[in-house]
Amino acid sequence: MSTFLQYLIYGLQLGSVYALLALGYTMVYGIVGMINFAHGDFLMIGALGTFFIAKLFTSFNIDGTYPMLIVAVIIIIAMLGTGAIGVGVEAIAYRPLRNKPRMIALITAVGVSMFLENFPRALPFIGPNPRSFPTLFKTVRYSFLGASITSTQIIMISLAVVVMVGLYLLVNKSKIGAQMRAVSMDKDAAALMGINVNRVISITFFIGGALAAVAGICYASVYPQVEVYMGSWLGTKSFIAAVLGGIGDIRGAMLGGFIMGISEIFATAVNSTFGYAVGFIILIVILLVKPAGIMGKLTKEKV
Amino acid sequence: MRKYLSLVLALCMAFGMFACTSTPATTGPAAKDTATTDTAAGAPAVETLKIGVVCPISGTSAIAGKYITHGVEVVEQELGGKINIKGTDYPVQFIYMDNEASEEKTTNVFQKLIEEEGVIAIVGPDMSKCALAAGSIAQNAGCPVVCTFATNTAVTEIGDYIFRACFIDPFQGQVAATYCWNTGYKTAAILFNNADAYATGLTDAFISSFKALGGTIVASEEYSGSDVKDYNVQLTKLAANNPECLFLPNLLGEMPLQIQQARAVGMTCPIVCGDSADTPEVASVAGAAVEGVVYVSAFSAESTADAAVKFVQAYIAQHDGESPNSNAELAYEATKMVVYALQNAPELTRTSVRDTLATISNLELPSGLITVGADRNPIKGAVIMEYDAAGVSHFVTAVNPS
Repeated sequence: MSTFLQYLIYGLQLGSVYALLALGYTMVYGIVGMINFAHGDFLMIGALGTFFIAKLFTSFNIDGTYPMLIVAVIIIIAMLGTGAIGVGVEAIAYRPLRNKPRMIALITAVGVSMFLENFPRALPFIGPNPRSFPTLFKTVRYSFLGASITSTQIIMISLAVVVMVGLYLLVNKSKIGAQMRAVSMDKDAAALMGINVNRVISITFFIGGALAAVAGICYASVYPQVEVYMGSWLGTKSFIAAVLGGIGDIRGAMLGGFIMGISEIFATAVNSTFGYAVGFIILIVILLVKPAGIMGKLTKEKV
Repeated sequence: MRKYLSLVLALCMAFGMFACTSTPATTGPAAKDTATTDTAAGAPAVETLKIGVVCPISGTSAIAGKYITHGVEVVEQELGGKINIKGTDYPVQFIYMDNEASEEKTTNVFQKLIEEEGVIAIVGPDMSKCALAAGSIAQNAGCPVVCTFATNTAVTEIGDYIFRACFIDPFQGQVAATYCWNTGYKTAAILFNNADAYATGLTDAFISSFKALGGTIVASEEYSGSDVKDYNVQLTKLAANNPECLFLPNLLGEMPLQIQQARAVGMTCPIVCGDSADTPEVASVAGAAVEGVVYVSAFSAESTADAAVKFVQAYIAQHDGESPNSNAELAYEATKMVVYALQNAPELTRTSVRDTLATISNLELPSGLITVGADRNPIKGAVIMEYDAAGVSHFVTAVNPS
């Protein structure tokens, strides 16, 4: 029982990273109707950015950790920065292609992803070397029904849930949320109603980037190694999580992320070589049974 | 306006890609021109000797590549751009090639070095998987290769042109097993990457040696690929078996996280690693968990042998106080072996250099006296190192081939 609980905690820990990233995929898909393959790299930018921002604040570093206030400042700067990069990527690479066939935007997204991975690698002060991530959260270990859980894990899991609830409320209850839903239904009609479509899409990318930064910080806090390629695999898996839950649906992204994380951990427990492939198997099975994903609604696409 | 912007961005991108793929090819002080001028002046034609150096200058193992380059640079400085062979000074040029720790890239740069650059010998690569992928190219072309850190047995089995400066995996696994047994551990657990030749090679050797000594492997867990960063499940399962020591024969991208996670899941037993743990990066990622971790190493900078002291001093002076690790030391030894072969070969041909490499006997190098055995593996010793609380490793004991 305690082992089961322990694995569940590991699964939630991994799942919360997938979920936070999947939220970004799903938001962009839901509102703009494109798959932003560069989203995993926003996570890398968030984590690497945090690494450099934390370096700027080293004078506040006492005994290897930072005071809570400084940690909050670092995280907020990283979120704003990554969000801004998200907005920039959209404005430069995606906006000019918005009314072109979808395939063009998709290929551009792959290109942006390669650029975001390789450009920092070419910069001399970043480079390809993996770096060790600074300790932002002090790790306190709690025992819980025979399983151990750390403060970092609690922060990660609860942060993912809080963010999801917040996002759900934002989209469904706020004014900007109503605008987002309107743009997602029909861009042209929304524009006719006086909604600034560009602004709504920029905000969507900003939120996606900021969430990816949070995911990156969480991920790097538990697995303290950051490098320019860290986002590519995580991005792929989170994309699967988003499709699994029904791409375009916020609750679905969350559910998909946790399903991916937990199933990966439990599959590893059964057979460690099998764990990595399990996400793909689940994806195939679910798409066979329910092609729109768990929460997704099947819509006929007009060609 | 938009057109200009996209043009600028496209250029920016192109620059980025160029910067990634371009390989820093340093030219020795003596360039090719010297040779041509000599010929023109009627003096005996002295050809430039080219030595290829293949290592991961960028990519996931760029740290190893940095140490390797620095190690070879020590030889380069010792030589001062020329190599004295039987009274004649030949200009020498080291061509550094980036293989990004990938099999395909290694194959490409081997082809380039052998066919286009016409090198007389190649130093590197450092990884078994890269050497296994590219070795047959050199073998078929008849170009001698001295790998620096490719410890897998199969590497020199490719053919009689493939040598190495390091000891082989079985010996390393055997050293780790012997050390564990001698220290008094009767049971051991292993976590290894089943998609990596280095990790599986060490694991097999450790298991057979440890069992032969009378020990028991209580549990063994695997994971597939270096993309995996979460080992909590495997470590939890290993911890349940209460082993007296944990063997982590994995590469630098994974093993520090494993050390950290092993302590986090509550494993308190001693941790033993392979020689990949021989870099300061381990301590900075694993943090406090690194204290007490021991590993097998080819070389200790704390060694007091004359050749070792000389090498360490030259290295530190040349590289702003950076201390050499095994990667640097083995790169130095591999290059020295090639230089020795060049100086003693009857003719300056690839075949002749190969034949001379195979007869190296009691050559004095920083790690001790090296003899190249019949299977082209060097006969040399290993050391056991231990990390202290500050993340600095210290010499524990030396283990010799048996």
